[in-house]
Amino acid sequence: MPIGDWFKKQERNTARSPAVEKRIIPDGVWEKCKGCNEPLFVKELERNLKVCPKCFFHFPVSAYERIYQLTDLHSFEELWGDLIPGDPLGFAANKPYIDSLAKAKDKTGLNEAVVCGRARIDGFQVAIAVMDFGFIGGSMGSVVGEKIKRITELATREYLPLIIVCSSGGARMQEGMISLMQMAKTSAAIARHQDQGLPYISILSHPTTGGVSASFATLADIIIAEPHALIGFTGARVIEQTIRQKLPKDFQTAEFNLAHGMVDMVVNRLELKRMVARLLDYLGASGVKE
Amino acid sequence: MRRFAYDFERPLIELEEKLDAIKRTESAGKEDIAAQIAYLEKQIEKLRVRTYSNLTPWQKVQIARHPDRPRTSDYIEAIFTDFIELHGDRTFRDDLAIIGGFARLDGAKVMVIGHQKGRNTKENLLRQFGMPHPEGYRKALRLMHLANKYRLPLITFVDTPGAYPGIEAEERGQAIAIAQNLAELSRLEVPVIVANIGEGGSGGALAIGFGDVMIMLENSYYSVITPEGCVSILWNGEGNPEQAASLLGLTADRLKELGIIDAIVKEPLGGAHHAPALVARDLKKELVKALKDLIKLNPKELVEKRYARLSQIGYYIENPVKAPVEK
Ligand SMILES: [Zn+2]
Repeated sequence: MPIGDWFKKQERNTARSPAVEKRIIPDGVWEKCKGCNEPLFVKELERNLKVCPKCFFHFPVSAYERIYQLTDLHSFEELWGDLIPGDPLGFAANKPYIDSLAKAKDKTGLNEAVVCGRARIDGFQVAIAVMDFGFIGGSMGSVVGEKIKRITELATREYLPLIIVCSSGGARMQEGMISLMQMAKTSAAIARHQDQGLPYISILSHPTTGGVSASFATLADIIIAEPHALIGFTGARVIEQTIRQKLPKDFQTAEFNLAHGMVDMVVNRLELKRMVARLLDYLGASGVKE
Repeated sequence: MRRFAYDFERPLIELEEKLDAIKRTESAGKEDIAAQIAYLEKQIEKLRVRTYSNLTPWQKVQIARHPDRPRTSDYIEAIFTDFIELHGDRTFRDDLAIIGGFARLDGAKVMVIGHQKGRNTKENLLRQFGMPHPEGYRKALRLMHLANKYRLPLITFVDTPGAYPGIEAEERGQAIAIAQNLAELSRLEVPVIVANIGEGGSGGALAIGFGDVMIMLENSYYSVITPEGCVSILWNGEGNPEQAASLLGLTADRLKELGIIDAIVKEPLGGAHHAPALVARDLKKELVKALKDLIKLNPKELVEKRYARLSQIGYYIENPVKAPVEK
């Protein structure tokens, strides 16, 4: 089934703007690889899960693309897609927060930076949340925090494994302390899922930093990173300014995190679904497999 | 030596210094000088009220960072008795940016954990200005476990610009260390009382900074990002921290309005360092009151209540009016 058809199917679950259709089926037939500069046939790139066949550069993927890549066809059932962010502080810096939200919605076709729902992965029933970096840098404000909490609570209630694909610059500063508290709120929900003895696999894609890396993203039983993904707490620029020395070349990459024992494995996107399914099997997902 | 002063305090401090100089002169006894002193004292009092009565959020942030502001160790000494400090994360080293240990609050046995800034440059280098490495958070985690095991209420003091930004901190898992503390704090079966005494800088503060009762000193701040960080991200450094501080809603007043915190402890004009004993006394009152209420709850009730409290923090719209979608 072509990816376009799959997205048509998803329309039942979520209202999507025309802008998204255009982005998913780009006008251009060729795209230049950011890894090796080679021109790539867009259709082929999509078939290859947005991984360059020549240099294995991992292109960013939207939340729905990721769900398409990772879950069984037609198995995804979206939840709480109509949760909409507010503007608790009346925040307006270089531009009003509500304008940033409107622009992000227009650009991504999403109401917020995370998409949640039930799905199957190689037959295993899971609760899944996928973040979208295109929506204000995947930042976590009230809605992201609330949706992560809800999907985790649903997983706890229904004895489901939890899968979260992260991609976020951290807490959303436009919602101030309310955003910061989402770190505690999501971590508290994950703690209950842990205490129920249920499996949680976290997939850290580029980038996973700040308040997301320091909350639900790293509380998983198994942490998988995508190749070369930036993963860390403090931004490199801030660190450089503080310590006034050059950072190592591979600093905060997935591979750096693997070497320092912070993630279990670095997995190529083409192998990701299979690996998640194999892990789910080991993590006692028996009984939930249909 | 010139006294430390922020720009907005400068006129006041200069006047005070002038008064000191006059008082120091031999002729201080003469009548005309006495009149001058009396006049200056009156002016100073007026200026003090004017300078500190309507502090902007940014001025509060500055007072929260004042080098003379009382530290966690000062409050431990003033509020508790029989403090026994415990050290180390049992894995890597003892991070001096966080201190903690057993103590008694009004006779009741408790566990205390707090960020610890230094009193001078030398001590600040040792304590890294109160910015913990992962091992600091892991020491805190160890003490949380002890508190839970021996059923000791936990009292934390928040005072950090943020988690330490450095290569080694990242190598040792700054993000994971903070995340694990957040999960653990949520499931502790003992009362958790948080007192923000100065800087509440982002995730590095939150890692020991949420609980059943949240107290802030009047001039402390709690923020998702420092005003300077906000400027560098949102304005590419073109804005100013005054604006950012106002936007972020980081003052005790604002956070009480938003329902994030429960109580505010007043500070004397100019900040806690002008009357540390008074602030410690009032903070102690709040801590004792909070503890009295919380020990009435059993462990399960405590955990449920804390979870419910966190759960309702958020601002969003659900089920917006829209045309029905055909299924
Ligand atoms: Zn390539």
